[in-house]
Amino acid sequence: MTQLKWQLGTVVEIRQETPKVKSLILDVPDWTTHLAGQHVDVRLTAEDGYQAQRSYSIASPPEDKYLMLTVERIEDGEVSPYLTDELRVGDRIELRGPIGGYFVWNPRDRKNEGSPLFLVAGGSGIAPLMAMIRHRANSQNKAPTKLLYSSRSYDDVIYREELDRISANDSSLRVIHTLTRRQPQNWMSYERRIDLAMLAETAWQPAEKPIAFTSGPTALVETVANHLLELGYKPECIKTERFGPTGD
Amino acid sequence: MAEKFISRGFKGRARETARALKERIPPGQYETKDFPVLSAGPTPRTPLERWDFSIYGEMAEDLKWTWDEFRKLPRETVTVDIHCVTKWSKLDTVWTGVSVDTLLKGINLDAQPAVGYLIAFCDGGYTTNLPLADVRGGKAWVVDEYDGRPLAPEHGGPARLLVPHLYFWKSAKWVRGFKLVREDRPGFWESVGYHNYGDPWKEQRYTGD
Amino acid sequence: MKDNNLRLDGNAAGGLLNEIFPFEITAAEATCGSCGRMRPIGELMLYGHGMGAILRCAGCDTALIRITHIRGCYRLDLSGMSCLRIAADIQQNP
Repeated sequence: MTQLKWQLGTVVEIRQETPKVKSLILDVPDWTTHLAGQHVDVRLTAEDGYQAQRSYSIASPPEDKYLMLTVERIEDGEVSPYLTDELRVGDRIELRGPIGGYFVWNPRDRKNEGSPLFLVAGGSGIAPLMAMIRHRANSQNKAPTKLLYSSRSYDDVIYREELDRISANDSSLRVIHTLTRRQPQNWMSYERRIDLAMLAETAWQPAEKPIAFTSGPTALVETVANHLLELGYKPECIKTERFGPTGD
Repeated sequence: MAEKFISRGFKGRARETARALKERIPPGQYETKDFPVLSAGPTPRTPLERWDFSIYGEMAEDLKWTWDEFRKLPRETVTVDIHCVTKWSKLDTVWTGVSVDTLLKGINLDAQPAVGYLIAFCDGGYTTNLPLADVRGGKAWVVDEYDGRPLAPEHGGPARLLVPHLYFWKSAKWVRGFKLVREDRPGFWESVGYHNYGDPWKEQRYTGD
Repeated sequence: MKDNNLRLDGNAAGGLLNEIFPFEITAAEATCGSCGRMRPIGELMLYGHGMGAILRCAGCDTALIRITHIRGCYRLDLSGMSCLRIAADIQQNP
């Protein structure tokens, strides 16, 4: 029986994505490969042996040399403040992975052939979906894809410029934002939490045999999944990943 | 085995124990000022109109109280230290409720000495087992207030069992009653590797300790 | 509700499950012995926070999988699950 081993990754770059969110780019020499949607477990050990462990989605696509983890700083969190405030380039962290066989998108899987993708993210839930979007762009996959992305404000949109750039160059990818708390002047898109009406307007029709992936805060994920069922999506076509509480 | 990797600069949640307190903290524990919430399932939300507390089992008597009846029983406030098997201890916690001695008053336990154990059962299906001797003589309560306020649902409200001399998983949240039995039977955690008794001072965390 | 937001799902137990099963079990489908609902393990509700992992049916909250990992020994109680369906092409662990 093979077992995932804990391995060390070195921080080669830290990127401030938004005020509360950083991406850690890691060099993990013993890394094999992964599928878009999978995650790693990160384990921190204090000097007295105390350990804390959390899961983080891999935001980088399988073909990238380095692993990217995107971390939202949770107030009163035990692990995220360490990763966003303390960790420096050159530090190492312990992780194991890739983990996950359910919340994954593999374009080479014949079951996915011809299926349009509906990706719904809340906040830092964008991370695993970004791995999918990046992988899709790198492999010139043209599966019609829509991303519905909920953020608190314009400044809180993670990977905003990259998403603009990728979608500008690819007519088969459409990115739809909703900003729930504050909107800039002349904002033309949605201004509220994701609800049934918004999903009815944005989601692929069930007859198109779409696959939906939704990740982010637990409340958002459950709302989206329930509404997609109401709109006629089959349960087996909706994949969910709950991130727990957010830094709100 | 390879030397354990230490994450530079990682401290984790505060867990320092002042020297003077060491005798109040069982071996392997650290003091916390928080009140962590650990749950084996979703928080039940039984409305008080439907809540009741029963005592039944392998003896002659059956007892039951509605919420109003329970609230009218003699109550006391106690200050105790609590110790969780996940290593945190919280000192001087204040609870108000009904002593288990009061609840067992209506049962002639002396006439039924073979009935030596109780299984606490709870909303959501959680159970834990205890020797009767460990809930009698002022050692246990069914409490509905913490720190002078109604017990919050995530901490076990409307009422939970409180047995502070044992690890805190024995202080079953959302308790709805006791089944009194002749033969001990491991409860929810006891049946998957946690110690059947759970004395923190003997560090009885796991089966076989 | 505040504490519902703390709830994670079977995906977060993936690492622990990988220690035991030689394939990606979060994709396998579990049938609840209580209500009959059959869903991938990734969709079960995860509770536990430190004492062990409890995976519950999203429909009726019955505990389908209980796992503890104590001194290197795993204990699994699968009695809440009436069937586990593992597809022929389920992903193997690396």
